[in-house]
Amino acid sequence: MNNYELMVIFTPVLSEEDFKAAQKKYADLIAELGGATVHSNPWGLKSLAYPIQKKTTGIYWVLEFQGPSEINEKLKIQMLRDEQIMRHMITRLDKYAVEYNYVKRNGGFAMQDKTEA
Amino acid sequence: MAKNEIKYLTAIKQEKPKKKFCRFKKYGIKYVDYKDIEFLKKFINEQGKLLPRRLSGNSLKYQRKVQDAVKKARQMGMLPYVTDLLK
Repeated sequence: MNNYELMVIFTPVLSEEDFKAAQKKYADLIAELGGATVHSNPWGLKSLAYPIQKKTTGIYWVLEFQGPSEINEKLKIQMLRDEQIMRHMITRLDKYAVEYNYVKRNGGFAMQDKTEA
Repeated sequence: MAKNEIKYLTAIKQEKPKKKFCRFKKYGIKYVDYKDIEFLKKFINEQGKLLPRRLSGNSLKYQRKVQDAVKKARQMGMLPYVTDLLK
């Protein structure tokens, strides 16, 4: 059971409930494939640093989940087929990353220890 | 002696560069999050290019972590590949 983090950029033309439906769809897909979602964090509409597929904004969604290693391949196939998704990235989290995400979620990171000199 | 060499009474005190330290070792940061753009911006210059180790002062291990965090951020459209006046 490895820890993974999935980041997805949806097309900005997506409405609010489509966005929720897509989130639910992938969360259920992960659960169905034997994974467990730890934390879902929709960022919503954000402007991109450079145009992707001729669009300058995208709806970001970050999902942290655990699962067996072969879950990613199936996820990738689904996401490549889904035309609402402009870009996706699955990263593997090592133990420092998991601890970092945990601390960040619970507001542990006071600003001063990161913006040091 | 070279004709134009000027002799000073006291040696010119050239400004000693500030001792660079690896902020990851010093502050015990273990993971470079590719989503944290403000933190990553410290390691790229105005054109969005990665700062070399001699300027950022990072140790090799953490410079590589910063490097692939910046590349992931660029891939996900959060950092530009090339720009001007980024900051």
